[in-house]
Amino acid sequence: MLRRRLAPYLLVLPGGLWLLLFFVVPMVTMLSLSLQQGDVVTGYVFTGHWQTYVDAVVNYRTQLVRSLIYGGITTVVLIVLAFPVAYWIAFYGGRRKATYLFLLLLPFFVSFVLRTISWRQILTDEGILLGPLKDAGLLHQEFHVLGTPVAVIGGLVYNFLPFMVLPVYVALERIDPRVVEAARDLYADPATTFRKVIFPLALPGVFAGVLMTFVPASSDYVNSAVLGSSSTTMIGQVIQSQYLTSSNYPTASALSFTLMAVLLIGVFAYARALGTEDVMKVAAR
Amino acid sequence: MDDRAAIELDGVHKEFVVHGETVQAVRPLDLAIGKGEFFSLLGPSGCGKTTTMRMIAGFEEPTGGTVYLDGRDVTNVSPNKRDVNMVFQSYALFPHLSTYQNVAFGLERKKVAKAEIRRRVGEMLEIVSLTGMEKRSPREMSGGQQQRVALARALVNGPRALLLDEPLGALDLKLRQQMQTELKRIQREVGITFVYVTHDQGEALTMSDRIAVMQAGRIEQLGSPREIYEKPATRFVAGFIGTSNLLDGPAGSVDDGIAVLTYGPGERVLVPVPDGVRPGDPLEVSVRPEKIDLGRDEPATAGGSVLTGVVTDVVYHGTSTNYTVKTAAGADLVVFDQNAYSAEDLAEPGDRVFLTWSAQHSYPIGVR
Repeated sequence: MLRRRLAPYLLVLPGGLWLLLFFVVPMVTMLSLSLQQGDVVTGYVFTGHWQTYVDAVVNYRTQLVRSLIYGGITTVVLIVLAFPVAYWIAFYGGRRKATYLFLLLLPFFVSFVLRTISWRQILTDEGILLGPLKDAGLLHQEFHVLGTPVAVIGGLVYNFLPFMVLPVYVALERIDPRVVEAARDLYADPATTFRKVIFPLALPGVFAGVLMTFVPASSDYVNSAVLGSSSTTMIGQVIQSQYLTSSNYPTASALSFTLMAVLLIGVFAYARALGTEDVMKVAAR
Repeated sequence: MDDRAAIELDGVHKEFVVHGETVQAVRPLDLAIGKGEFFSLLGPSGCGKTTTMRMIAGFEEPTGGTVYLDGRDVTNVSPNKRDVNMVFQSYALFPHLSTYQNVAFGLERKKVAKAEIRRRVGEMLEIVSLTGMEKRSPREMSGGQQQRVALARALVNGPRALLLDEPLGALDLKLRQQMQTELKRIQREVGITFVYVTHDQGEALTMSDRIAVMQAGRIEQLGSPREIYEKPATRFVAGFIGTSNLLDGPAGSVDDGIAVLTYGPGERVLVPVPDGVRPGDPLEVSVRPEKIDLGRDEPATAGGSVLTGVVTDVVYHGTSTNYTVKTAAGADLVVFDQNAYSAEDLAEPGDRVFLTWSAQHSYPIGVR
């Protein structure tokens, strides 16, 4: 009897300990760090100095806002790109669905950083893409892609594509083809069928995809570092350099917390606006 | 039936290519379904009945032939522009919409005025006894209720024909029988042509005005339930619809439109045949099990068919008792005896019995 009552707690123990050690402890440490003052040489002392937050946000608001904008654009572009791919695999993939999904994931067996660096090779001014176009006189000699927001957002889109395709695919795959036929039977043309039936039924997948791409894309620092320039710096890069270059731990921690708070608020507002209950209702079908 | 059919198929056929091999799903089919008719396509799975229905709905394009709705050629018209509606096997309700929204879907697409939609949806929900369920979502309803929503969603549009694809297949027996009666009532009430696809012969017999029995992509027989049951045109129909006893042999004598097949001494099978059947012609005779009388004593009057045999099996079914009898000629015949009078079994396994039935209860298969 007692053992039966203890069983759930025993089962949750390994995961709970893992979370406590690698999630809660670092969070508490970081929160404390963000409220400390001092420097690496003399050491940091906890002073409860909230002003660090204000200064950090004021100083880096450009990068913070830019990150959210890049993350947002990336997410929108991903929805537009991923939906047709997921749709095609789900409805026309036939017996090869698994193969197509595997092909989609294939590039991601190569390291994230390496893939991004190879994009720099591709997009460089005299590279395989721009070089011939410039030689042919189709592009101005001064034309760049690298160092622009387009390159950074392009890199983000490329790197997060599967995280949008997969959840949307799963949602579309679960749609009964008869339901789509029923819409056609009830006088809906293909566009209306998509708008009134297919898209609403795929929403839980889009919802999951947005969560899985907007949050990491907004806090990404690799794409901007490799493909961008000083005018595309994202908040992730600032945090990284504050930690590793300037050793300004309080500011880095304060920025991390601010970013987390902004993203959490954003995600909750988004869930509210979309009506999670409806989304979950459809998902629970 | 009006002179112009609600649905007409003219040489419609469908081929599929499966693994590089061409499969004839539906062979060239000519069919006219009348206005207000309850028409069933009956057959085993893979016989082409569903494909035929999907060609009427517009979900499959015929390889050849023409589909007419109310005299209009709709062969290449997409499903959303055809004035027929379908009730799908698994209902295919929109899971993200309420009952009301499901039923209103077609009318909204047709840009019917809001107030009119509200009135018609309300009316239709009343017909299918779902008033008060407007806000429910499909998941919150039982199979029978979902079935009614699917029916209402199609019927509310007032289509020229309603196509039903095994609509009762997912329901349990009791509910299925209840829905059969209900479907028939609704069909009478709205007066719309119903095309009903089923593999359940009982369902087809009880509900239909006419039945097309299909097998291997073609119609084996087309007729009223009574014709199909009493006068099966082919061996397949005789076997697929109910239970049938098949006897074959050459016609011995033909006299006054009655052919006599003789077996052992004192054994004979009488069958009415059309003109043109001559002594010596091979005949195949179908006799339904409930038409045969079984007795232990030699029949006194010798006006009809008589066969002798040994009872091999007796199964009690409540309303009837079913006997299997091996005849002297080696055929296994099934006999249903209504348990109306006899409290005891007529015979036991091993008993020698006489089987008798009158001439008009024999039917010659495939003879015209």
